Formats: sequence, C-alpha cells, structure tokens
Amino acid sequence: MSLAQRLREAELDPRLLGMGIALVAIWTVLDATTGGVFLSARNLYNLAVQSSVVGIMATGMVFVIVARHIDLSVGSVLGFTGMAMAVMQTEWLPADAGWNWPVSLAAGIALGTAIGAWQGWWVAYRGVPAFVVTLAGLLMFRGGAYLLTDGRTVAPLHATFQLIGGGLEGSIGTTWSFLLGGLAILATLASRALRRRSRRRHGFAPLPLWAEVGRCAVAVAIIAGFVMVMNAYTRPRSEVGRGVPIPVLILIATALAMTLLSRTTRFGRYVFAMGGNPEAAALSGVDVKRVTVGVFAWMGGLAALAGAVTTARLAAGTNSMGTLAELSTIAAAVIGGTSLAGGVGSVPGAILGAVIMQSLENGMVLLGVSSALRQVLIGAVLIGAVWLDSAMRRRRTST
Amino acid sequence: MTAPLVELRGVEKRFGGVYAVTGVGLALYAGEVVGVLGHNGAGKSTLMKVLSGALPLDAGEIRIDGRPVSIQSPRDARRHGIETLYQTLALAENLGAAANLFLGREIVTRLGTLDDHAMERAALEVIRRLSPHFDDVRTPVQNLSGGQRQMVAIARAIHFDARVLIMDEPTAALGPAESGAVGALIARLKAEGLGIFLVSHDLHDVFEISDRVAVLANGRLVGVRNTSEVTREQVLEMIIGGADSA
Repeated sequence: MSLAQRLREAELDPRLLGMGIALVAIWTVLDATTGGVFLSARNLYNLAVQSSVVGIMATGMVFVIVARHIDLSVGSVLGFTGMAMAVMQTEWLPADAGWNWPVSLAAGIALGTAIGAWQGWWVAYRGVPAFVVTLAGLLMFRGGAYLLTDGRTVAPLHATFQLIGGGLEGSIGTTWSFLLGGLAILATLASRALRRRSRRRHGFAPLPLWAEVGRCAVAVAIIAGFVMVMNAYTRPRSEVGRGVPIPVLILIATALAMTLLSRTTRFGRYVFAMGGNPEAAALSGVDVKRVTVGVFAWMGGLAALAGAVTTARLAAGTNSMGTLAELSTIAAAVIGGTSLAGGVGSVPGAILGAVIMQSLENGMVLLGVSSALRQVLIGAVLIGAVWLDSAMRRRRTST
Repeated sequence: MTAPLVELRGVEKRFGGVYAVTGVGLALYAGEVVGVLGHNGAGKSTLMKVLSGALPLDAGEIRIDGRPVSIQSPRDARRHGIETLYQTLALAENLGAAANLFLGREIVTRLGTLDDHAMERAALEVIRRLSPHFDDVRTPVQNLSGGQRQMVAIARAIHFDARVLIMDEPTAALGPAESGAVGALIARLKAEGLGIFLVSHDLHDVFEISDRVAVLANGRLVGVRNTSEVTREQVLEMIIGGADSA
C-alpha cells in the first residue's frame, strides 16, 4: 500500500501532516543552532503566548479567505476595540467594580462583531469588494483608535483583566493545567470513540485500528507534552510551575470553537460551499449574503478578542496596537494551507501557520538576526510555503 | 380536465433592455415529459431558470395546481417541489458528493449539528441507484469523472420528492450506459406522476422520451406539439424558422 493510500485510509490531511513535519524540522534546526535555548520550557512558553494573538485572528481569517474574501482591517479593529475596552474600564465604568472587566470585555467583543458585520454588509449587500471595504476599515479604525483618546495611552487596567494577557500571574498553575490536560485527553478519546460508533451505526467501516490508535497516541502525546512543558517553566525565584498561560487557553478554546463551527454547523458548511462555487451555493438555497455578513462578523469579534489579549498584555491601551497584525494573520492562514482562491483551508492549519511564523520570528531573535533581516526571511518563507503547497497540490491532482 | 401541475402564463424576462423571454405560456401535467427545444439563446435556459427561482420573472405568472405562486428564489421553488438539474451541474467542487447532495437541506442531529454520517449513507443509497459502483461520497467532487458528477447532480434533483423536475441537458456528460440509466430513471419518475421539463439540444433524446415538445425561438414560444403527431423535420423547421409550420 502506498503512503498516499495509507494516509487517506487514516483520514490524515496530507497538507496538515506536511506542516506538522515542517514545524518539527524548524524546531529541530532552531534548537540546534541556539544551543538548546529554543526548545527550553521558558522559550516554548513565550512562543505559545506570542502565537496567541495572531492565532486567534487566523482562525477567523480562514473563514474569510475560504469564502473568497479578505479582511485587511483586523489589525486596526484589534487596536480600536482594544482601546475602547481600555477606555471603558478606566474612564467610563467605575474602576473598582468587580463587574467592570467582564462588562467591558463583552462590550468590546460585541463592538468588534458589529464592526465586522457592518463591513460584511457593505461587501454582501452593497457589492463593494472586501479588499476595498476592509482597506477602508484599516484606515478608519486606526484613526478611530487615535480619536478615542486623542492619542493618549490609557492605563492602568483592571488587575483581573490583565491576566488575559498572560503576564507574570497570567497562567492557571500546574494543578489546573494537569486537570484540564487530563480532561482534554478524555474528551479526545471519547469523541473518537463516538465517531467510531456513529460510523458503524451508519454502515461505514470504522478507521483501521492502527490508524485510530496512532491518531489517539499522537493527540495524547501532544496534549500531555504541552501541559508538561508549560508546567516545567517556573515562576521567578521559585520552584512553582506556571502552567498553561491564559491567552493560550483562550487560543485553544477559540480554535476548538472555530473548528466545530467549520465542520459541524450549517454555517461552516455554507462558507466552504460558497468558496467552492458561490453560484451553486446560491442555487442550493444558501443565503450567500447573510453568510458573508456572518463571516465578517465572526472575524470582527475575534479581532476584538485578540484586542483584549493585546491590551491586557500591555496593561494599557495604546492607539498603535495591532499595527500590521492583518498581514501576520493573513500570512498565518496562508502558510497554514488556506487557498486564496477560496474553498480550501482549515482552522488547525491556520494555527500551525501562526506557530510556524512565530517560531521563525522567535528563533531568529534568539540568534540575534536583525529585525530588518527577519522581515526579509519571513517574507521569503511566505512565498516558499505557498509555492510548495501549490506544487504539491498539482502533483496530487495529476496522479 | 385537472389543472396542470405547473402553468407559466405570459412569462417575461429582460436583461437590461433585451427580452430574453417574452409572452411565453406553457403547461406541464403530472406524469408527462415536455421537451423544451430551441437554438442557443432561444430562451430555453432562461425560461427554466425563472421556474427554478434562479431568475425572478419580470412579468407574467407561475401557477402550481392552478394557484398562482411567487417564486423569487431557488428556496421558493424547492418549497413548491420544483427541483432542477442545471446544465453546469451547480456543484461545489471542494465538497464531497454527500455534502453537495444535501447542500441547503442538511440532515442535522438533535443538537442541530451536521449529521455527516447519515447524509453520507443516504447519498450513497440514492447515487447507487443510478450508478451502482459509486463508492466515495466524501472525496471532493472535483476529483470525480464528468459522468459521476452528473450522477451526483441528478441524485440531488430526485432525492427530495420533487413533483416537478427541470433537467437541463441531463445526458450531456454521460456515456451510453449512464445515458440509458438516466432514460430509464426519467421513465420511472414519469410513471410515479412527476412532471418533467427536459431541455436538450439532442432531438433524438427528446423524441425518445418526451410526450410533448415546446419550441422556443428568439425568446418566444413558437409552438407546442404532441411528440407522436410531428416529425423531426417539422420540429427542426420550427426551431430554425422560428415559425409555426404545422
């Protein structure tokens, strides 16, 4: 049996697998060249935190690009909503109220969702190309972030809110990390078992046992390894492990939710159908316009969530937050296998893309590569990744 | 006589100032196949798209069981039991056969999430009735052959208990065996009491299958004939000449 057949039988996405292998290769090389610093618990902890903002937004960008659109405004929406949350917390709402931070967080996410829906409305119901609408959004909301306080930086933020950013206190500790890790493993195994049962019930052969066991083993190893690494990084001058950082927890929850949205809901199915053939989707009774608005609304909400993490991490609102983040987000989605032609992409791929990009960035910083050269190299990686992907796809479809 | 299943009255469709279809009246009864013939650009596809909800009509009316109905979207048409097999097939190339078959009408679990296994099983069942060796309802349909894709589109049109079927060039991409299967399928559906509009270039096909033929030219209805009472030459003359010869 050929490798390709085996992969198909194991229901492994060759593209995702390729990216996983690329990530392992990058990590190995960076670890060797940095003398073991790259794969230290401390660096991996930082890498995870650094990946979370772009990762959160990349999960939404997958939907936007799959639906044949683009969103250039996410960096500015991040800045604008982050600023709005900061102002709300420090100036509009009573500063010492316990409900202050949840209310401002919820309001910020609602604001981001509304901004996204508003942009989506221009795209869907007024026929203005998404490139133009969101380019305008990039300008407008960057300006808006400045106008909110006339350029003033806003601080301090609520102490509990700051935990979202994953600072010194912003992790859940070793006990909770082990507990959540254990739960995640149980949930993974249970969902695989349910899937096997459902396939049998509908008369389909379940996955071959070697593939099932292999999949579960890899998933368990990744979860357990992740938790152990996060627990191994200790607080300063102590033996107390930090555990999973809260922004990474937010990223994981977001990734899970967006994966479910893409694979198990009508909305997700329609986004992919639209990306594959918009006319066919419309003829099948899909309300293409409404789905388009929905896609941009999700993206706006996620940009605001990323804005909350950024603001909390800085412990202040500044009007330049998220500048150029739209480009990293799009790059993460594209490196993660999302096709700009639409119809193809996955949430786990986009997260992998974000981690790959952040790994390169982080590793090159450790190696003392200048920021100018880093930009050049990451640009080259972007072209290389897309070229490799399209070359592989041509080979796959021609055989 | 009972009311026709579908009746088009004075249907008009303009694109800009150009009349694609004008003043067309046509009826379809339960259990009959009406062939719709005409040159490219005669208005066949436009007329059918009006009925399938892809193009809202500009004037005239559509009656179902004798009652006027409003068909503004494909969803409306489906609600009235009108299913369409488009010439372009209208499949999302990146989705599998099952996802395409149920697009817009997914089977969901009690939680409201997609029940892919149930859809895959049902899809396999209906497609295999047409194409017994079909076995992969998950592979994106872009990886299927032209004939298989056609079968997926046909399966979608017949799976949902249609009363009226519009088939636009149903055998264009098919080999002889598959064409035969589609012909047999049409005969069976007709016996079950469906009304079928068959749009085709292929006079041979149309004469073989249909009870009546409607000829369009330049957006107008030239005439409707019982298939058994006309010759191919007469119909050809109607198509080419655009005038009612008989």
